[in-house]
Amino acid sequence: MSLWADKYRPKTLDDLDYHGKISNMLSSLATSGDFPHLLFHGPSGAGKKTRILATLRQIYGPNIEKLKVDPKVFVTATKRKLEFNVVSSPNHLEITPSDMNNNDRVVIQDLLKEVAQTETIDFTHVADHKNRFKVVIINEAELLTRDAQAALRRTMEKYSANIRLVLVCNSISSIIEPIKSRTLLIRVAAPTDEEMGSVFEKVLRDQPEVAKSFPADETERQQIYSKIAKVTDHNLRTGLLLLEALYSYNPSITTKTPMIMPDWENVIKKLAIGIVTERTVSKLQQSRTDLYELISHSIPAKLILKKLTIEFWRLVDEDSKIKDKDTVKMDIVQQASIFDERLSLGSKDIFHLEGFITKVMVVLEKNVS
Amino acid sequence: MSTPWVEKYRPKKLDEVSAQSNVIRVLSNQLKSANMPHLLFYGPPGTGKTSTILAMARELFGPQLMKSRVLELNASDERGISIVRDKVKNFARLSVTNPTPEDKENYPCPPYKLIILDEADSMTFDAQSALRRIMENYSHITRFCIICNYITRIIDPITSRCSKFRFSPLNSANSLATLKMISQSEELDIDDDSLTQILDISNGDLRKSINFLQTGHKLFGEDSIENIAGLIPQNLVQSLIETLQSKNLNKIYEFLYMLVLKSYNSATILTSLHSCLLLKNIYLNSEQKIEVSRILYETDSKLSSGSDEFIQMLNLFLQLSKIF
Ligand SMILES: Nc1ncnc2c1ncn2[C@@H]1O[C@H](COP(=O)(O)OP(=O)(O)OP(=O)(O)O)[C@@H](O)[C@H]1O
Ligand SMILES: [Mg+2]
Repeated sequence: MSLWADKYRPKTLDDLDYHGKISNMLSSLATSGDFPHLLFHGPSGAGKKTRILATLRQIYGPNIEKLKVDPKVFVTATKRKLEFNVVSSPNHLEITPSDMNNNDRVVIQDLLKEVAQTETIDFTHVADHKNRFKVVIINEAELLTRDAQAALRRTMEKYSANIRLVLVCNSISSIIEPIKSRTLLIRVAAPTDEEMGSVFEKVLRDQPEVAKSFPADETERQQIYSKIAKVTDHNLRTGLLLLEALYSYNPSITTKTPMIMPDWENVIKKLAIGIVTERTVSKLQQSRTDLYELISHSIPAKLILKKLTIEFWRLVDEDSKIKDKDTVKMDIVQQASIFDERLSLGSKDIFHLEGFITKVMVVLEKNVS
Repeated sequence: MSTPWVEKYRPKKLDEVSAQSNVIRVLSNQLKSANMPHLLFYGPPGTGKTSTILAMARELFGPQLMKSRVLELNASDERGISIVRDKVKNFARLSVTNPTPEDKENYPCPPYKLIILDEADSMTFDAQSALRRIMENYSHITRFCIICNYITRIIDPITSRCSKFRFSPLNSANSLATLKMISQSEELDIDDDSLTQILDISNGDLRKSINFLQTGHKLFGEDSIENIAGLIPQNLVQSLIETLQSKNLNKIYEFLYMLVLKSYNSATILTSLHSCLLLKNIYLNSEQKIEVSRILYETDSKLSSGSDEFIQMLNLFLQLSKIF
């Protein structure tokens, strides 16, 4: 039994549910013979990867699904051995920089040169003979080191006869200008409430048994879908996982059914409530335990800070004892922006998180009646 | 086989390079006198730096002799200090090969070799220091051409040994001519209006314009050109500013959340706000403008140290809303 998120993943451009304009664009690029280097960007779970694979399928046919995973061993300049996996089909391959630590420049260069020099690529299945190139997908492109990005520049020009790069990232802020100059940017927005809803509806239509657990009324169902969209930040993948989890935990689901949240988010919620209601030194000490707990479960400090800020925002709105809500919110966000920068520059996460909490307590203390 | 147009129409000769007329005039003279100093090219992406030196090398030596006289190293090659000491030095000290009589007749074939260090911004300072001695010791038989986007990334002892050439972003008239030439030879059916639009969004980067011409023009029917280029549509910027003026914090928060979900990135938002509030807006007095630029600067600086986009943009928006 595969997860709904996998089972209902569209395979072709025609099957894709939303962003029809982008699908049409990709389809015309795939058939035109002028396929450029691409840079896909958009929030997690917006459907970037699905669109890329569907585009490749249009170019190469079902061959693209014959995936194999090869372990590659690579010897770094300092003679250390580095092992990682390369996913590939006869017509494309995929790499993920975080697999290779700081050696991404050398590894990517080596792989690209290898691909460019292999002439034996099988193109007999390629529908359109103009597209005689191999595609290299680079996931998490924002994590590429600057060196690795620089190394791609001339490579993208020199090997343009037989390689096309497809870079995938959440934000293009850390992609260097020369790379943007060499790629066509494709912006994939997160699906709206309704767009997520229509995907969920399709899942229910396909499984009448499942549909029985959901309200018969369409607007009530859409209310549930909107709640899912909200708590998953419009991430369709986690949205589908949540929909499936709701179904398996509840015999019947109504608009009142509580959403299932990951533990760490609940910990942060409670932490935030504690801080807003009790602004004391002993509370600060208790918070430290929670923070250590979160960090030891490898929740990134920046994510903790961001989620805390969002929670504070909400709690300030709800708390009738807090005066001058606008000033309080502005001050909290300003502190967040300062400590967020310190998190990027410093190395002891816990110091900066505690510093932030202390400042928030001070801001609140001044404005509580 | 599909050749991208940027490669197909890469200038083959110096006089095919458009726009950089000052640079080209000086270089052409040096070509005639076959007397050339070390060169340093700098300027933004897609302005013709790599193309110019490759064209010049071809005109100096011809395609045959080029193979033994020119060494091209770019950021994809290993260029640490050890490579500079070995590979670069070894090539620099080689005595020059003799041209064939045929080459001699057709090309200037000056008595030196050319080492092109393209994308030199990514070379370490150590490697650059190792380079300067080599530049001096072998200058009787070797010339260097160093290419970068940011001249500040090149150490002074090197820049001071080179003639510097700045490649500026291409102006519309020059780029338009190139785009028209390409559209004609590819038999494209595209009007001047669309060409001008392409130039508007490329900011003087001719590579970007040519890429757009090849792939983008088919897409124009599907979506607005701003959207295809990843820019924020003007009306969205306008409603952002109205939202900020409303000073309704929850509305501002929702607006930012929407921008993030649509994947408008912080750099683009900053640029749009900058041009709208500082370059165009007439309602703000100078004190307000000073405050705006301070906040923009602070945000940009925090973002460049890798901080979270959502938090920083939220702070930016809230601070800006105070000013109105
Ligand atoms: N001045 C120019 N004249 C003619 N074509 C140009 C010019 N500038 C750029 N181009 C076009 O853009 C393409 C890229 O130019 P080029 O490789 O020279 O850029 P670059 O300055 O080296 O950029 P980068 O800094 O990104 O390496 C060329 O193949 C050519 O088609
Ligand atoms: Mg270049």
